[in-house]
Amino acid sequence: MKHDLSLLTGRALSWNRREFLRDAAGLTLGSSLFSKSLFARSGVLQKDRKVVVITFGGGARDQETFAPEGQENIPNLLKELIPQSSFFTQVVNRGILGHYVATASLATGVYETINNFASLPPESPTVFEYFRKDLRRPSSDAWVVAPSNGFNRIGESSHRSYGMGQGARVILPKHLLTAATKGSPDYEHLLRDNYETPFFAPEVAGNEVVLEQLRELLKLSVNDFKEHALTLSSPDELSVYIVRQLMKQVAPSLLWITMHDIDIAHAGAYSLYVDGIRRTDRLCLDVWKAIQDEPEYSGKTTLFILPDFGRDSDEDSAGNGFQHHRTGDAASRTTWMMALGPGIREGVVHDRRVDSTDLVPTIGAIMGFSAALSQGRPVSELL
Amino acid sequence: MLPSQLKPEHFNGYPPLARKLVVEKLPVLQTVPLSFLPSLLREAIEYDYKFPAERLALEKELANLASLSAEQREEWFREFAQIKLATALERFDWVNQPAQFVEQLSSHLWTTHQQDAFRKAATEYFDRLTRAIPAVEPEIPRVGITIVGQGVSASEYPLFRKLRPHGAFYTKVDAKNGLEVLLEFAAQRAKAHPVPYAHWYIDGGKEVAHDPSLTSVSYAALEPARNLLLAKVQKQSDSPGMGPENLRTAMAALRPSDLQLDKTADPVLSRFDLRVLTEGSGTQIFSTTFAQWSAREALRRAQPLTLVVRFASRQRQRPMNEMLTVTKESIGDDPAGSLVDADMGAYYNWLNQQRLSGAARSSFIAWFEGHETAIAIGPAVPRGTVSNSPVDVRKVLEWTV
Repeated sequence: MKHDLSLLTGRALSWNRREFLRDAAGLTLGSSLFSKSLFARSGVLQKDRKVVVITFGGGARDQETFAPEGQENIPNLLKELIPQSSFFTQVVNRGILGHYVATASLATGVYETINNFASLPPESPTVFEYFRKDLRRPSSDAWVVAPSNGFNRIGESSHRSYGMGQGARVILPKHLLTAATKGSPDYEHLLRDNYETPFFAPEVAGNEVVLEQLRELLKLSVNDFKEHALTLSSPDELSVYIVRQLMKQVAPSLLWITMHDIDIAHAGAYSLYVDGIRRTDRLCLDVWKAIQDEPEYSGKTTLFILPDFGRDSDEDSAGNGFQHHRTGDAASRTTWMMALGPGIREGVVHDRRVDSTDLVPTIGAIMGFSAALSQGRPVSELL
Repeated sequence: MLPSQLKPEHFNGYPPLARKLVVEKLPVLQTVPLSFLPSLLREAIEYDYKFPAERLALEKELANLASLSAEQREEWFREFAQIKLATALERFDWVNQPAQFVEQLSSHLWTTHQQDAFRKAATEYFDRLTRAIPAVEPEIPRVGITIVGQGVSASEYPLFRKLRPHGAFYTKVDAKNGLEVLLEFAAQRAKAHPVPYAHWYIDGGKEVAHDPSLTSVSYAALEPARNLLLAKVQKQSDSPGMGPENLRTAMAALRPSDLQLDKTADPVLSRFDLRVLTEGSGTQIFSTTFAQWSAREALRRAQPLTLVVRFASRQRQRPMNEMLTVTKESIGDDPAGSLVDADMGAYYNWLNQQRLSGAARSSFIAWFEGHETAIAIGPAVPRGTVSNSPVDVRKVLEWTV
């Protein structure tokens, strides 16, 4: 019975989000039966489309976001982004609830089972590999900006038909900063790594290559980069700064940004967790504004924002509420997703169940490649 | 090895009381699945250092298992038996290292997508157990008291929002001697009902003068142990090949003497301190997390009749790597953030108290130390009400408990 109750709770979370959005943001209920295609609605050819994905990480609950008491923490999502988006209230992650492996699952469309804390590539092809191979795109056209050294293998899989050299280029802003500053204490507030296991982070080698990224690709001098970094308060702010540089200088068609500040919750300090949510909310709007501001992106970019998963509910005695995501309960598995951009219907809320693994085939359908080995299905309401 | 192959001598490494407990019930332990047994042994191996409430619960659980017929046991454990385990887990020394086995089992369950099946099996087992062993009402109604905001001069933060629907919110509390009144109240209960480990005082800072009848734990008193632990973690992290799983295993293997916690006269309490510091994420670095997790563990394990928890200001957020390095430099506190942490902590303290037997008769008070705001919850307190009348802490206690 408890198992069934957990599914019911998942539906209840979805229902609460839907009702709240309808009241607060004036959204209407959506249907999957639309007559026109995405191309007809947007007028953007598949070959010209760009996609940006933000994972709202690492994991936030309804109580601190879409529930009435949480809405004060996400003013930008609510007032600016959701009214322009198609919003999915029930995105279920049935995989392992660790940030690296869950992000790898999002990026492959397959529930990955790799060790969350090891420096390993995903086993199934990533969205970047499908994109580059099917559309014959160069490596500069797919990028990942990730928060911690542990994500350095997220760009391409170990799959024998894809893999080495066929994936995305990965930029680790903190690694970049470490290389640029040689570990100066002034920058340590930006160098924090994995919150879940604060004692350990895989080492990433190759500072020379990293500094070359800075100079050649991002057109940033080490000094300018260091000076700007000092004005930032968190690793995710550093990531968004790099994203803006990347958009301006390289303009990749497929750009994946993994946020991570919220995961400070593992240290058990509620105020820091909420601060992380507020910062991520602000940074999501910053990225959306950057998309509007950059000629290479404006009018042809679809933005997806979704958490990798939630966090444990207060009601499950096996957990400790917001602190972790260990119980596998409905609150930790059930999240949301919003999509914005040309052709995406604005102000529509969909409360049918969508799977985390549906993201990759949906991106494939938008951009014109096949995510052949993905376990998910394209989200028809976005096509 | 499988449970059916267990022999008494396999438990020679257990402390004496734990060994006796387990060997007496060996015939029944031989019949339960390996996906279940180590989690029971993880509790049993600590029997000598457990609180009375935990010992009693374990004894009752084993007695219940022994009372089941073979058919009933098969029904109780059917879903656990369907969990597929790797050979490496079967070969693991789960008798002597049950906690480490459970860690590895958890990883195996996630990797093999059996976590939901295990969760369902565990939930159903505990539902059955709860029905089979009715909860015993506490000899007096439980009282929880949480004191937040130590050192905060003023705050506009809307305190106790999650608790207000459940009780009376006071806005004009005379703060004079409030802390002393609350601790004296707890001490009086401890003297009137002198049950071991039934009356607690947990302080997230430095504990104030209190009656020795209270079991007390504080963040400040554990500073030497915390520093020793952080130094060990730092050393381990710098070792070649050290990963998070290895580190967790090393932490789980620590003994009170490793952190010089064995100098206290109470081995049960020193084990409690050790577990709070080695198992609680963030308890080593944030005093607010320490206070909340200690309260959670005290409630879950000791099931106290009286629990006073006082939150203090935690250090401001620093980079994790820096926080893990022992330093004598002053870091500076974050009183405003600590108040928010403590507010959530108060809610969790109430939730965790309500998970214990006698919840319908339990009372709970949370007070903004040195200020006029408090919330009181209890069977006689009208829910969702606000009192703007002048009142003192003693009166709030009197009306609530």
